[in-house]
Amino acid sequence: MTSMAILTIFALSIFVGFEVVSKVSTTLHTPLMSGANAIHGIILVGAIMVADGATNGLETTLAILAVLLATINMVGGFVVTDRMLEMFKGKPKAKKEEAK
Amino acid sequence: MNKNIYELLGLLVALSFILALKGLSAPKSARRGNMIGAAGATLATVVVFFAPLGKDSMGMAKTHHNTLLILAAIAIGVLVGVPAARKIQMTQMPQLVALFNGVGGGAAALVATAEYLNLGKDASAAEVVATVFTVIVGCTSFSGSVITFLKLQELMTTRPVVFPGGRFVIAATLAGVLGTGAWTISSGGNTPLLVMGGLALLFGVLFVLPVGGADVPIVISLLNAFTGLTVAASGYVLQSTLLIVAGTLVGASGTILTRKMAEAMGRSLFGTLFGAFTAKPQEAGAAAETRSVKSGSPDDVAILLNYAQRVVVVPGFGLAVAQAQHTVRELADLLTAKGIDVAYGIHPVAGRMPGHMNVLLAEANVPYEQLVEMEEINPTFPQTDVVLVVGANDVVNPAAKTTPGCPIYGMPILDVAEAGNVIFLKRSMRPGFAGIENELLYDAKTTLLFGDAKDSLTKVVNALKAL
Repeated sequence: MTSMAILTIFALSIFVGFEVVSKVSTTLHTPLMSGANAIHGIILVGAIMVADGATNGLETTLAILAVLLATINMVGGFVVTDRMLEMFKGKPKAKKEEAK
Repeated sequence: MNKNIYELLGLLVALSFILALKGLSAPKSARRGNMIGAAGATLATVVVFFAPLGKDSMGMAKTHHNTLLILAAIAIGVLVGVPAARKIQMTQMPQLVALFNGVGGGAAALVATAEYLNLGKDASAAEVVATVFTVIVGCTSFSGSVITFLKLQELMTTRPVVFPGGRFVIAATLAGVLGTGAWTISSGGNTPLLVMGGLALLFGVLFVLPVGGADVPIVISLLNAFTGLTVAASGYVLQSTLLIVAGTLVGASGTILTRKMAEAMGRSLFGTLFGAFTAKPQEAGAAAETRSVKSGSPDDVAILLNYAQRVVVVPGFGLAVAQAQHTVRELADLLTAKGIDVAYGIHPVAGRMPGHMNVLLAEANVPYEQLVEMEEINPTFPQTDVVLVVGANDVVNPAAKTTPGCPIYGMPILDVAEAGNVIFLKRSMRPGFAGIENELLYDAKTTLLFGDAKDSLTKVVNALKAL
């Protein structure tokens, strides 16, 4: 990939990032932060790529540790965001709460 | 897998993240947005195992390594992450998000380091610069997030930690980080990178220590954006468009979100960030308080409420800690049944983070229409007979308007002093999270009911039923 192409992608992504969240209400600040947090867990893909190409013990150790941490970030992030958002959906008549 | 198909799938994942962030910005679509993001991330994780491999420098086709180890690490990560996210009390959720963010930053720093070792002498100048950036910011984000976790979990003091000469130590550490960064870029090798990572970890700690409890959410959000940028930089080194797009999206939206949060809290972003460099040690605890407060019994409170026409409940973190959401709703239902107008005044940062209180009350099935945001509820306080402040303090502290220089000065507050009567349910006279005395407690129209919020509310409910 040429540097120019990368720069273009980078610049356009910045603007998309600004635009998509420009109208978020205060109520959703916490879930949005948490959701964005889960999205950067995609470093997992990078960690797998590096672990996949690692050729010696040190590289492998670092990369596998990265896979572990990134998985916690990504999976945990999406699950906790879902738990927060679950509570926003209407008020179900059934007073069943499985919280706790 | 065919290279074109692989890249097309990557594009699909990147688009799913855009849709996820877009969805998360509106209440109706938020949950679906999160699902779309999760689906995209899962797809990306599966697909990367089938990534087409290039040829190595000898012209031999590369092979996959460590597949079993990788799968095992993912399995352990799922076994740690999912239960943590499922079992966490909603009150402790902000620190969990901080921790997840920290491990993400740590992962980015490790990825960059491992790839740097792998490339060795083959690394281009631009790749080394991207590596240095990722390691510095990733390490800062990691250690900074751990400190925010400790602060929110109250495993350490929530007050700003400032020591004499602190700002020089911080400035020196930052200079050291940048210096070793330049050293790494100019000479290569592993030692400079290692020293730099160590200094960056130290910098993250020093950067967050002087931040006061009330500003911690802003810092989490900022570190979140930082981690996004490190992911983008790793994407550059790894030649992955997906990582560049996803990381940049989080970096950009995280920056906007941080600014919006700071606005909602009336904090200057600059002041929060550079507090580390400007903070001075504060004189601990001014003159001991000897003024008297008016404390009442649950019966007194019940009578006040019974003859009110309009009651506003101001919930704070104390309510959540006492798990009193359900009891407060019971009280509100009782009052509504008596024909009293009840609303909840929600400060943007009630709880620990913007929107946190809405989540907690939604958990207790409080009708969404009764939750009124600050701008809408403030003009109604003069017509309100009784304000019931449950476990909140800083968000109603008039010092934010009257005392320049205090840590919350400038933060918009709920003007509960405008109402006829103010009832504080508090455990003790201990000041709030920001550690500032609240003048309103000594006001003539204020009644205090000491005790655990849930106990107190239960007593008030019983007293009200007996009336």
